[in-house]
Amino acid sequence: MYSPSPAAIHYLLVISLFITCYNDALFPQTGQAVVTVLERLGHTVEFRAAQTCCGQMHYNTGYRNDSYTLLRQFLQVFADAEVIVCPSSSCVAMMRDHYPKMADQLNDPALQSQVAAILPRIFEFSEFLTDKLGLTDVGAFYPHTVTLHSSCHGLRSLHLGSKPADLLKQVKGLTLLELPDADQCCGFGGTFAVKNPDVSAAMLSDKLQCILGTNAEACTGADNSCLMHIGGALSRQRTGVRTVHLAEILASTEKSS
Amino acid sequence: MVVQAMSEVKVQTMSEVKVQAMSPKEVVLANIRAAQGGPADQSIPRLYSASVDLSPAEVVEQFADRLYDYNATVHHCTVDAIPVTIAGILETRQKTGLLIPSGLPTDWLPAGFNFQRDEGLSYADLDASEGVLTACDVAIALTGTIVIAHSPAQGRRALTLVPDYHLCVVRLSQLVATVPEGMRRMAALLPAPLTTISGPSATSDIEMIRVKGVHGPRILEVILVE
Amino acid sequence: MSVRVGEAASALPFPEAAKKLVANSQLRRNVRHATNVIRSKRGRVVEEMPDWEQLRDSGKAIKDHTLAHLDQYLIQFEAACTKAGGQVHWARDADEANRIIVDLVKRYGSDEVIKVKTMTSDETRLNVALEAAGITPFETDLADLIVQLGDDKPSHIVVPALHRNRMEIREIFMGKMGLDSLGYLPEDLTAAARKYLRERFLRVKVGISGANYLIAETGSVVVVESEGNGRMCLTLPEVLISIVGVEKVIPRFEDLEVYLQLLPRSATGERMNPYNSIWTGVTPGDGPQAFHIVLLDNGRTKVLADPESRETLDCIRCGACLNACPVYRQTGGHAYGSVYAGPIGAILTPQLQSMEHSQTLPYASTLCGACYEVCPVKINIPEILIHLRTKVVDSGHAPLAERLAMKGAAFAMSKASRLSLAHAFARLGQWPFNDDGKLDNLPGLLAGWTEFRDLDAIPSQSFREWWSKR
Repeated sequence: MYSPSPAAIHYLLVISLFITCYNDALFPQTGQAVVTVLERLGHTVEFRAAQTCCGQMHYNTGYRNDSYTLLRQFLQVFADAEVIVCPSSSCVAMMRDHYPKMADQLNDPALQSQVAAILPRIFEFSEFLTDKLGLTDVGAFYPHTVTLHSSCHGLRSLHLGSKPADLLKQVKGLTLLELPDADQCCGFGGTFAVKNPDVSAAMLSDKLQCILGTNAEACTGADNSCLMHIGGALSRQRTGVRTVHLAEILASTEKSS
Repeated sequence: MVVQAMSEVKVQTMSEVKVQAMSPKEVVLANIRAAQGGPADQSIPRLYSASVDLSPAEVVEQFADRLYDYNATVHHCTVDAIPVTIAGILETRQKTGLLIPSGLPTDWLPAGFNFQRDEGLSYADLDASEGVLTACDVAIALTGTIVIAHSPAQGRRALTLVPDYHLCVVRLSQLVATVPEGMRRMAALLPAPLTTISGPSATSDIEMIRVKGVHGPRILEVILVE
Repeated sequence: MSVRVGEAASALPFPEAAKKLVANSQLRRNVRHATNVIRSKRGRVVEEMPDWEQLRDSGKAIKDHTLAHLDQYLIQFEAACTKAGGQVHWARDADEANRIIVDLVKRYGSDEVIKVKTMTSDETRLNVALEAAGITPFETDLADLIVQLGDDKPSHIVVPALHRNRMEIREIFMGKMGLDSLGYLPEDLTAAARKYLRERFLRVKVGISGANYLIAETGSVVVVESEGNGRMCLTLPEVLISIVGVEKVIPRFEDLEVYLQLLPRSATGERMNPYNSIWTGVTPGDGPQAFHIVLLDNGRTKVLADPESRETLDCIRCGACLNACPVYRQTGGHAYGSVYAGPIGAILTPQLQSMEHSQTLPYASTLCGACYEVCPVKINIPEILIHLRTKVVDSGHAPLAERLAMKGAAFAMSKASRLSLAHAFARLGQWPFNDDGKLDNLPGLLAGWTEFRDLDAIPSQSFREWWSKR
């Protein structure tokens, strides 16, 4: 039975979950897993129902005006949140990299200061555990072989580095298998996969080769968008390998599994 | 095809009549002046290392090491031993002589070989030669680079280019450790044409396999004089 | 005035061009191999530089500073170069540059020229203009020679023939050089090129080059190369003509020390490339006794005018972004329909020329950031790609279906209550395609997706529904 370390208890917080639009609709189990882990660590989780989307898809595809609306909405919903945790590295990267720029583009001083105030309180799920809570062992049990896909935004924008792997290494029963060419994009890229399906599929097929080469039972990561992409091909090709979000592995315990 | 500016750019708003009356230079400069902008002048950071913490012996070792990396052969000798070293190299390579620039020190030359000064030689003469012997102006250890300013002891640029073999004498006083140190010495040599040589000519254009020796000298040999 | 970027105006949209290329297994293998080799070499020689980040900072700052004072530095360069015996010409666009060069070659009475690799002349399609005027251009860089003899197009900024393997090159050489036999080793092929070109190097009276850097304070010109073909073209002819984009000027000779460290390590993974040639005007008794330089705009001032993307002009053409780009690594350069391929091409081509012809290029990226990570002058390519996408959308060039989908999504997400409704509609809409929890053969925008991948059916309960019932 896992009991939170004294260090973790010291940091008891009210954590506001930003689930993100696509996790909300397509991967509710990831959000549930985040809630499970954080509550198991003794923290309080709140979900603000007015939340929708960070605006990444619109901003990155060129629909800037639509993304401005979503930025303002995000700030309105989360302005007074103590700390915001989000299980999607690309959405956190969007906020960190682009919200300040968007506020500049709009030339709105009030917005600029709101963005500056909220950003230090936004965390990607794995960095929240390792950096904010100072934990790598969250008492998880997952008796499977797993390989880790490092999403590009987590890697190059959030500089997550070894944080997701550090968490996985502490999971009881889990064998972490190194993924070759781990720094290579899986070919998702949001609307890229839709606008350039052939190149995207070629990139994905390379990623699949690497994943299958590890012989892992599952491929995990900190971003369901990449995992949806990878998982779609693993499923289409009937590989028998599944994708699973990092949070779901960390939520799993001897009792639950 | 007509230019369609992606944003409102002053290039397009300039009146046609005015543009026609301006020279291409005036138009380009006017376009630049209408377009350029940016942050107010800020100083350029130069926090990279201009020098390294290496002993003179380590610098020499690094230079030789880099040349070795490039497949260039390196010989060490003292000033007095330059002629005998050259003689040994020529014997090993079975050469009867080399071209030399007009200002090369005569006391470097061993007897018994044919050293021809580059005076009025045609490109065909250079191409038909057995090779060329020159001095250098600067050498950079970190990159294994030899710099030639085409002064009298180095000759015109064609002399170290067309022949297939280049034997170069480098004195320790000419050797620096880093590119910035080398560049400072090179600045003093301007406006002479400068050529930096880092190993023999090479290409990796076919399947990224490095082939040493393309159009420039295929063999570079260096005598390092202490 | 008309801006030309190679044949980009008539190029296929990126996804269409790429579709054919990713089906070519030999090409993909060749590109993969070449980019892997350069990437690992680059990684090693960058790793050994403790001050790499500081060099990058300086490299970027010098370029940005220059762009802010570009008129002054060009005037300074012109004065210094002219004083040293060079003749400076200005060209507003590709046709004007080509006209100047053709006239010069004719004036000096030559009907052939030797050329050292210049992307800028590929951009202006100089060879086509020369040939139309009865002047034969000989490309002398090994890769350019392979491309020229193979009636091909360059596919990489630094190694333009990386899409060809040795057997393909052997066939091209045997056919075009009229050889009965030829080995297949890179050494054999290189030796054949040496032999083919040597006689031309010694004979042809006019050389044409580009330049890597122009130095304002001294009027010097710098060419960075490996094979010695550059030195041949810059040194042996009686006349030298260089065609150079206006953004290639740097203020001081001292600044060169930054780029001579950044460029070779980034471009070819070498500590230093075999040869750098630095010349200042004309040197009596040494090299060409007539030197002309053509300073080219061809859309560059248009790029300069956009504060959000002018750093595109910082580019030193090292090609590191191409080697790092997972998209380029699948398609090679031909998919980009421009002499400038890869991430830098995806931002440069659309800015140089009309958006109409290259509106798909800003989307030819997953925004993975690998290009920005390796760029020696820190050009934030992903940010510029997004900026250009915004321009595509704002100018009404985005596909209708996409615009409707984006508008619909924006409307749904502008209020949480609408989002819940959208979830319900989506669940309803997916049923014809739902095959035991997996969606396949979706129509419209998602057709490309489900051609290669399953899509999980939308779960019956969203997170927010689960939370509200908790």
